[in-house]
Amino acid sequence: MNATAADVALPKGKAGDPFSSAWRRRLPLLPALLYLVAITQLPFVVSIYYSFTNLKDKTQSLIPEPTKFVGIDNYRQIFSDSFFRQAVWTSVKMTVLAVLLSLIIGTLFAILLDRKFLGQGVIRTLLITPFLLMPVVAALIWKQQMFSSLFGVLNKVLGFLGFNSIAFISDHPTGSIVTVLVWQWTPFMMLIILAGLQSQPSDVLEAANVDGASALGIFRQLTLPHLRRYLELGALLGSIYIVQAFDAIDVMTGGGPGSTNVPYYVYQESIGGGFRYGAASAYAIVVVIFAIIIATFALRVLSSLFRDEERA
Amino acid sequence: MTDSEQRRGGKLGVGERRSVVAGLGVLAWIVGLLWIFPVAWTVLTSFKTEEDASAQTFHQGLGFGRYSDISHATAGTLSLQTAFMNSLVVVVVSTLFVLALAIPAAYALAIRPIHKWRDVLFFFISTKFLPIVASIFPIYVYAQKWNLLGTRSVLVILYIAINLPLAVWMMRSFFMEVPRELIEAAEIDGTNLFNQLRSVILPIVAPGIAATALLCVIFAWNEYFYALQLNFANGSTMPQWVITNVSTRGNFLAKLSAASVIACLPVVLAGWAAQKRMIRGLSMGALK
Repeated sequence: MNATAADVALPKGKAGDPFSSAWRRRLPLLPALLYLVAITQLPFVVSIYYSFTNLKDKTQSLIPEPTKFVGIDNYRQIFSDSFFRQAVWTSVKMTVLAVLLSLIIGTLFAILLDRKFLGQGVIRTLLITPFLLMPVVAALIWKQQMFSSLFGVLNKVLGFLGFNSIAFISDHPTGSIVTVLVWQWTPFMMLIILAGLQSQPSDVLEAANVDGASALGIFRQLTLPHLRRYLELGALLGSIYIVQAFDAIDVMTGGGPGSTNVPYYVYQESIGGGFRYGAASAYAIVVVIFAIIIATFALRVLSSLFRDEERA
Repeated sequence: MTDSEQRRGGKLGVGERRSVVAGLGVLAWIVGLLWIFPVAWTVLTSFKTEEDASAQTFHQGLGFGRYSDISHATAGTLSLQTAFMNSLVVVVVSTLFVLALAIPAAYALAIRPIHKWRDVLFFFISTKFLPIVASIFPIYVYAQKWNLLGTRSVLVILYIAINLPLAVWMMRSFFMEVPRELIEAAEIDGTNLFNQLRSVILPIVAPGIAATALLCVIFAWNEYFYALQLNFANGSTMPQWVITNVSTRGNFLAKLSAASVIACLPVVLAGWAAQKRMIRGLSMGALK
């Protein structure tokens, strides 16, 4: 593909003329673009406005306060809120652990599945199933049937082996939720890495093999660099979804120390029971600023992918 | 190893011994079966009686009893039929809208790339980084103002927005595969944009569109947060219906398992059928 060449080759049309070729080319893009701006950006602007007020749910207090501007009070409050700091830490821990573990396990699975064996297709089909499950169902399965101290399979196995039972969810909330996230996202990573492995030119590998390179050496020197872009893509797509994890937390713990991440905290402070809409909006804006910083880095990664594509 | 085996598999292990290869095959089976165990266990539980499910025994045999239990809701609670219809309508309508918006957009990004197409594509993807909690309250307020709370429409509107970026991203990569010569030929013949799409491009990208649609269906079918906040009672969708089967009184494990199986089956079957195409669409995006 050579988009830039096409850009240059075609006349851009005069600015301001709505029927110029540039505008005719942009036209098919506009409905999607305007829709996304309206639904994802406008509410955010409203959130910024709320974040400077003391807006609360009037029905939730006996003596309703009038809504008024409070300047940056809500933002100042953030720095003294230890619960928010805890939620940020939980978010970071959860996202980094879940993305890294599912990438590593997914890569190992992909390497296993990249070789021909009896029932290869069956195993691949079985392995992707957790990714297709509703997050709510995945969390319920683990909570009720795996981790539960009453009906849980894991504690049954522990007991059978002579160990004491473990209260997985109440004693290790972060670990429990990360387990479910990793269980669901490993298949997704596996499929992306598998696509990478199978796109590797086999003649290069065979040449290396003929030259007497060891399997590990071939993997480190040839396969891993080739996989880099696939690993980055998997990490990027995975973290977009995992950082916003809500379903598993809501179903498994309903929040609490070690399991309330930032999205869940903002939810609890606003429509999830706190009803402090002004303050919650300020938290949300801070989260968005963090997200923009992270996204800038992520998009730089993507950008490098596109540059590679153009060079190729 | 035969030639074909060497070409298909054995990337890392071109010269490995037969026993090693067989051992790794067995390992793949063990890992696969362990990974799927929670699902298999749930399917098994769904066929048990409640007593057997709680005690993890098989005394009373297996049967479809729990499936018939959950399909008859007690009066006043959310029924399977209502939730299923809500989910179906919301998922189908939102996915059709996503395709209608994403196909022209992908055309403008891939076939006749506009100036600065890369920035536009980045904008689409960047909207996925905005935490949805940051905008849920304004959305709630306006949904209430415009009497959209508890309707299917509000979910359709939001699901279009959550799936559109991914759809544009995937669709662009499929559109990139349309040979330029075909489009240029159509242009020389004076075919307009609509006919170009219909007779030249769509036949080529149809499988890609199907894969994109499937991914949109999966995400919309499984979505829980917006549904929980904006739709309750009779507007609820399948994830909420599954949760209603968790009971604080009495045993519910077998019924919950049956409900989980029913709620996930449509999407799991569709995903199994289209796995290869789906992943190609996802990974091709940046990795041509």
